Amino acid sequence: MSELNKAMIEQYRNSFLSEVEANVEEGEWVKMCMQCGVCSGSCPLGKHWAHPPQEIFMMIRAGKREEVLTSDSMWMCTSCYNCIVRCPRQLPITHIMHGLATYAKKLGLTPKNQPTAKFAEIFWNNMMKKGRVNELKLGLSLYFKDGFGPGIKEALRNKDLGMKMMKAKRMAAGEFFGGHGVKDVSGLQKMIKKAQELEDARMKKFDEPEASQDG
Amino acid sequence: MSEQAEKKYAAYICTGCGIGDRLDAGELEQTASRDGRMNVVKQHEMLCSQDGVQMIRNDIDKEGVNHAVIVGCSRRAKVEAFAFNDIAMTRCNIREGVIWARPDTEEAKETTQEMANDYIRMSCAEIKQMNKPSPSGQQGRNPNVLVVGGGITGMTAAIEAAEAGYSVHLVEKSSALGGHVARLHKRVPFKAAPVGTPNSPDANLPMPEDTGIGDIIAAVEGNDNIKVYLNSTVTKTSGAPGRFSVDISTESGDTITENIGSIVQATGFKLYDPENLPEFNYAGSPDIITNLELEELANAAGDGPIKRPSDGKEVTSVLFVQDVGQNSSDEGRLPYDSGIGDLVSIKQALYFKHHNGDGCDATICYDNLRTPGAPGEDFYRSGQRNGVIFTKSEVKEVVPGDSITVKMHDKILDEDAEVKVDLVVLDLGMVPNSGPDPYAANEALEGMSDEDRAEELEAQEAHAADETSVKVESILNLDYRQGTDLPHLKHGFTDSHFICFPYETRRTGIYAAGPVRRPMDMKQAMDDATGAAMKAIQEIENAAQGRAAHPRVGDLSYPTFRKEGCTQCKRCTVECPFGAIDEDEERYPQYNEARCRRCGTCMGACPVRVISFENYSVNTVGAQIKECDIPEEWDEKPRILVLACENDAYPALDQAAISGEEISPWARVIPVRCLGSTSLSWVTDALNNGFDGIIMMGCKRGDDYQCHFVRGSTMAAERMAKVGDTLETLNLEPERVVVHEVAITDIERAPALIKEMEETIEKVGLSPFKF
Ligand code: SF4
Ligand code: SF4
Ligand code: SF4
Ligand code: SF4
Repeated sequence: MSELNKAMIEQYRNSFLSEVEANVEEGEWVKMCMQCGVCSGSCPLGKHWAHPPQEIFMMIRAGKREEVLTSDSMWMCTSCYNCIVRCPRQLPITHIMHGLATYAKKLGLTPKNQPTAKFAEIFWNNMMKKGRVNELKLGLSLYFKDGFGPGIKEALRNKDLGMKMMKAKRMAAGEFFGGHGVKDVSGLQKMIKKAQELEDARMKKFDEPEASQDG
Repeated sequence: MSEQAEKKYAAYICTGCGIGDRLDAGELEQTASRDGRMNVVKQHEMLCSQDGVQMIRNDIDKEGVNHAVIVGCSRRAKVEAFAFNDIAMTRCNIREGVIWARPDTEEAKETTQEMANDYIRMSCAEIKQMNKPSPSGQQGRNPNVLVVGGGITGMTAAIEAAEAGYSVHLVEKSSALGGHVARLHKRVPFKAAPVGTPNSPDANLPMPEDTGIGDIIAAVEGNDNIKVYLNSTVTKTSGAPGRFSVDISTESGDTITENIGSIVQATGFKLYDPENLPEFNYAGSPDIITNLELEELANAAGDGPIKRPSDGKEVTSVLFVQDVGQNSSDEGRLPYDSGIGDLVSIKQALYFKHHNGDGCDATICYDNLRTPGAPGEDFYRSGQRNGVIFTKSEVKEVVPGDSITVKMHDKILDEDAEVKVDLVVLDLGMVPNSGPDPYAANEALEGMSDEDRAEELEAQEAHAADETSVKVESILNLDYRQGTDLPHLKHGFTDSHFICFPYETRRTGIYAAGPVRRPMDMKQAMDDATGAAMKAIQEIENAAQGRAAHPRVGDLSYPTFRKEGCTQCKRCTVECPFGAIDEDEERYPQYNEARCRRCGTCMGACPVRVISFENYSVNTVGAQIKECDIPEEWDEKPRILVLACENDAYPALDQAAISGEEISPWARVIPVRCLGSTSLSWVTDALNNGFDGIIMMGCKRGDDYQCHFVRGSTMAAERMAKVGDTLETLNLEPERVVVHEVAITDIERAPALIKEMEETIEKVGLSPFKF
């Protein structure tokens, strides 16, 4: 935790919780968690994370804003839904995890080179170009995400899979040039832009230092 | 029964339930008439049928049978069918006790028949020593209930009893009715959310409610059956249920004496003193307050925000420290948890959300969050829903200052934190308002070495003599030989068993209700009060007819002593777990029938054996021991006497037989009312008679006792510690006599204990006393 947050955020008060409630998808559920730990115990991956879901929720209540939003734990969620099925309080835990990730990304707090975050970004940009996902380009940008050298290595490693996909017509080499898309790409892009504007307007501002100070 | 009436003995042998197939009924009949010398012996193929019962009824009504042995199932079965209360009657258990306890094989046949014959001989001997029980007539019907304490519990008990047609005297020490509840701003909700309420953060969940205390006070004051005494105390209580005489000292200084049938003590609780907890700094700041003080702050707030006491600033943040001074092993702190503090704090946190708005932060630092009662979980969610922050943590220190600093350790995140807030509320434990424990002095001595004992006695005397020392004031001022107040169970609570006997205390006809018997909230206290009122009513009606109260409800027998034989040793008066026996002017024991629970502990205690019931005495059991047939030594058939508590061990053995467990063919089981009624003479007699081993099965004793008569099994164990001397004089091995704690659930263990004795006898050999 940075020195700034340690001094400013009021711990065990509603400041950060209110922010999560307002700005994170399904964030209003966090306060309903009863800290039973069933989600963390059910999560196939949670024990490898810095903070499994139950802990994330307690950290939110404890006012650990920076620690939560810069954490990579919520990026690791695979949406297996084990936790949701088991939570006695029926919290939409998976959605909250993704909501937190999205919010952290919006605030620019995502850890550098977090692979899931990176992939999500590539995926998004890929789709936004044509309104359709271009598997070939998506695959390639994923291989080359860490630079040219590693990209070649990665592509060679997966070449057999790629050939099979082509044979099965799951991927077409022609996609490399242009590729397929929706009819009105610019219309789609405008629509998404508007939606983003609307969402930004709805977001309450909590990330300025002053706001953090008194919640 | 009248002295002149001729005794006519009958035995009725049931051949149903497979008894007739497994046993030679003709031989049983012969045993009853020849060995048992019964005047009438009859068989029936199903004695508990209408026809069988009618056969017995006819004999009683027309043939003058007044002493009957029912030979068939256990005394625990078919109780309603064989309820012949107008005669002396006993049950001879050859179903569970014999045929179901033994395998149906050719080899077992002989010993099984012997067992049945023996039990018939024993029961016939027993019935000769029995008389029809008849009540003493010491008291009549007195429909007055005394309720001590005018809080929610006392008022509820008063209303319940009054509405059932009994008249109530309600004594309250302070100047107003209502107790703690009258000080509350709101109460914890009484009802859970409707079934089907979703789990979502916007669900409609129960919120704090008005206490409704005004209506309850008005209902008490407006009830013609309730007489309220404010500023009054009970200065003397003497007598027994159905004939209590109670002195009430009133406001004006007068003393009014009332005749009372039964009593409910609802003296409530006080908060634990926060000054004893230096780390929470209660004295350090007016903004560190108790949970009751917060109620007053909320009341004072009216429609506006709650303000902090130090400077009247509107509270913007409040923190609740749960369980302070509770669940502690430290000297002087409460070793228990009041259990309701979390509900209270959720309620109070919601005051702030309501009065001071959502912007006011409320944090609850708990260790184990407990929200008992039907609405508990919903109320917890209600708190969460409204933004109360819950954190599992240990508060280490509360530091006064302009804003209060709370130093705590978060147990989930495992790290220390400091929180600054406007107001800190301490969740203090509930301390019962009990009277002084009549047994406190004795119990302090239990298990002490002689040296420590002497020291402790000295300290006790010094304390009593010291006029400045704090002495707990008596509440009932009982004029009983065994102390002025109701005995405590644990931690100062007035109760006799937290789980098994609610409201029952160790003084018959006096019931405890509400937080004086265990910590509880308003709703629980009201339920408790209703239960205690029911008990009080029941006791009035039982006492009127001379019937026993719990656990031998309806028993009409009661103990008397033969004055000529009494040595005034006072063992009976001391050992009676219920303080039923006083002393008369000549220093003889004075029995109070309606205070007695009919356990027989006094009977077992009496060294000269002068105490008896009409239908249970040293002789009724002694005769059974004597009439049991002891085979010659060369028959190699040992005999094991089992004295089994009829409340737990005996049904455990029955259940063992029902579940197909085998019971040793050498065992002869005699049920006793309580192991506390066991007389040392039974052991001596049995050994002299040639029994090879003796097993006494009583209930668990000690702190988590299961004895239906609280101390009976403890007294028995103490008494039996001396059995070694007897064995030594007889030159017998000590392992021949054992005392076991047996629970009603010990259905495999109970027969195994008998088997163990069989093995012991194999090792040490048969008793040399067989002639
Ligand atoms: S399972 Fe649900 S209630 Fe339990 S800790 Fe996880 S989120 Fe909270
Ligand atoms: S959905 Fe995510 S957080 Fe939930 S169990 Fe699966 S991986 Fe864990
Ligand atoms: S010891 Fe038992 S039987 Fe004897 S007086 Fe007391 S309660 Fe009654
Ligand atoms: S125990 Fe027996 S001898 Fe002693 S006072 Fe009681 S009745 Fe008398």
